[in-house]
Amino acid sequence: MIAELGYFALTLAFMVALVQAIVPLAGAARGDHRMMALSRPAAFVQFGCVAVAFAALTHAFVVSDFSVINVAQNSHSAKPMLYKLSGVWGNHEGSMLLWVLILTLFGAAVAACGGNLPASLRARVLAVHAMIGAAFLAFIVFTSNPFLRLDPPPLDGNGLNPLLQDPGLAFHPPFLYLGYVGFSMAFSFAVAALIEGRVDPAWARWVRPWTLAAWAALTLGIALGSWWAYYELGWGGFWFWDPVENASFMPWLIGTALLHSAIVVEKRDALKSWTILLAIIAFALSLIGTFLVRSGVLTSVHAFAVDPARGSFILAILVVAVGGSLGLYALRAPQLKAGGLFAPASRESALILNNLLLSVAALTVFIGTLYPLFLDAISGAKVSVGPPFFNATFLPLMAPLFLALPAGPLIAWKRGDIAEALRRLRFAAVAAAGAALGTFYLLDGRSLLALGGLALAAWLVFGALAELGYRIGGGRLPLAHALARARGLPRAAWGMALAHGGLGLAVAGIVVSQVWQIERVVLMRAGDRLEIAGYMLAFQGVTRVAGPNYRAERGAFDVMRDERIVTTLHPEKRVYPVGGATTTEAAILTTGFADLYVVLGEADAPGAGQPLNRPQAAIAGPDAAWAVRAYWNPLVPWIWFGAVIMFLGGIVSLFDRRYRVGAPAPARARGPAAIAAE
Amino acid sequence: MTRKRRRLYLLGLMFAALGVATALVLSAFRDSIVFFYSPSEIVEKRIPPDRPMRIGGLVEVGSLQRAQGSLEIRFRVTDLNHAVPVIYAGVLPDLFREGQGVVAQGKLDSEGVFRASEVLAKHDENYMPPEVADALKKSGHWQDKAGTKR
Repeated sequence: MIAELGYFALTLAFMVALVQAIVPLAGAARGDHRMMALSRPAAFVQFGCVAVAFAALTHAFVVSDFSVINVAQNSHSAKPMLYKLSGVWGNHEGSMLLWVLILTLFGAAVAACGGNLPASLRARVLAVHAMIGAAFLAFIVFTSNPFLRLDPPPLDGNGLNPLLQDPGLAFHPPFLYLGYVGFSMAFSFAVAALIEGRVDPAWARWVRPWTLAAWAALTLGIALGSWWAYYELGWGGFWFWDPVENASFMPWLIGTALLHSAIVVEKRDALKSWTILLAIIAFALSLIGTFLVRSGVLTSVHAFAVDPARGSFILAILVVAVGGSLGLYALRAPQLKAGGLFAPASRESALILNNLLLSVAALTVFIGTLYPLFLDAISGAKVSVGPPFFNATFLPLMAPLFLALPAGPLIAWKRGDIAEALRRLRFAAVAAAGAALGTFYLLDGRSLLALGGLALAAWLVFGALAELGYRIGGGRLPLAHALARARGLPRAAWGMALAHGGLGLAVAGIVVSQVWQIERVVLMRAGDRLEIAGYMLAFQGVTRVAGPNYRAERGAFDVMRDERIVTTLHPEKRVYPVGGATTTEAAILTTGFADLYVVLGEADAPGAGQPLNRPQAAIAGPDAAWAVRAYWNPLVPWIWFGAVIMFLGGIVSLFDRRYRVGAPAPARARGPAAIAAE
Repeated sequence: MTRKRRRLYLLGLMFAALGVATALVLSAFRDSIVFFYSPSEIVEKRIPPDRPMRIGGLVEVGSLQRAQGSLEIRFRVTDLNHAVPVIYAGVLPDLFREGQGVVAQGKLDSEGVFRASEVLAKHDENYMPPEVADALKKSGHWQDKAGTKR
């Protein structure tokens, strides 16, 4: 009964979305205020209906209602409650429902807080947003109904893919979707502005918080995904340039560019049509990401659906959305008034450089990700484009970006002085040179990547600090005065420093862990010892343990330093009887500066050397030898630490007072002092 | 600085960036693309050794051998027409079994033995890597049962 209610609510939401997509748009064209006003209540009702549907599906998962096919296929009564809940979006249908839930939530948020938007712009934004909503609701209702019944219901369900039963991954999809869907808001604003034929700083002040929120959520979502891959896949790496990873990384790159170009529109009323184009591309890449991972074109943990109808449906949405918006762009963009002039040495130019490098970098990722699909389609040849490609194309483009980054915020708008900006960065330059010299000393100059990478990381971190220090007058003004100025700094300034500094920390983590990682793969018997990076791992043997819904072989490794036991690590191999999958659980000891990472491989059966069947089938005796893989990963935690700081930077910036509802009018109205401070 | 000059500079910068990116992409394509071959293709096409590539097929039943006291593992990858011997030293993925699909990355040595640097995992029991499914289809030994999830 509740499942039927959910389905009914979903169809109702689809109908409401259709009305919301058409009536306010027509109203805005005819200047009919009553038709335009319809958009707000419609947005609320649409969100309410989807929320009811989502609650109904959650209910089915929580009470393990196996008469619903989706629950029977993806849940199991023995599963812990957290994974029953995350199972709601751990499958194709449920994850699309989550997508629409977030989409309609954002629509309702615009309807609720959009009191100060011009009525016609608000109506058009909500109408465009409802078009996206209607498309995805139709997708769910017609191809991916999560509420289908099963008769007779099975006694128990199939369980969730064990790889996905993990706290880090439980929250990875919601954050990723917050990001993707946040870009849909920027997209709706961009298309509405094109229909309207007007883009001004007020428009940018509306788009920027949405982009900022989407960017922050996407940053965290990608970080969670990579953290999960690090500790769950047991390969000791954190980023594999897998097409599925790239699918979320491309919108992030373009979203970052959009974030920066929207500042130029807001402050200087320039780069308007470029910003609109970025908003369209960011959402298009979000859709392409969804298409790639959901259509089964790529095979991965994410490819739940391999129903061709679904792939074609998403492709159709993609073609209509991207084609339509780009067509509108071609038609309308030339009418947008060009903004203010600026000199080659100016903040505007610095941000253009940022945009250019980020977009081109996104393009290389795009080519590398889609080339295998393209080649397979035209010639049938199977190729894989792996990390070497991306290291050779993406990294060289990041170097100039990072090099220019700290200087950007120190150059004035309109006409700046690069020499002056560099003078303010002299301490950061000293730090970067110090990092380079230190690396040279440690490595005997063997690795240029390490040298440049660490110098850039230091340059980024200390550049962010130098910029902050300059603004509060550190060194020039008395301390008390500087502290007072620090308190008075706009939150956006703090957010920017956090995001740029966090990037520096993440770069440091990536470079150091790449260059100084130590890997050891050995066979060990109980009692054997392994030395790695100053630690001694003493293998105590393997025991069998039973978890709530799995059986495991659990190794015990005493970690010793100077003959004293620091801790005991317990890597596991788990077998999930429901579904029969096996997973490897790495055991990690982290100090915040480095990780000791141990993975248990398979056992060597007695009588090795003979052809043997699956080692697991053989019973491993107490004197069996186990394949053990141990890594020392220095500075790896900083990658996620840096990503979280970037996320926090986004959030702090989001609470800047100029984005507050009912904030005072544009920058022009404020005094020149206020502009200079920003 | 007139609008026209500015636009000219911008365009120049944009083409420069695109040019650099194109150069990077093309040179990377030449060096770092890894082709996939089925065992039959390796045997029939006489692929030259020492080029990074991927092979895929089924782990031949009864071919898995482990050297005493070391991590070295030998097995044969087959598409049921031809088989290629593989040597790998390291930890095998969780679902590596005889008779199951596998993809390995590495190089052929001069004796036609595939030296794998990486043996790729699959995610569940029924999943068949698409390259392997295609290799089996080409060799005419594809059974739908094996690829129910595809």
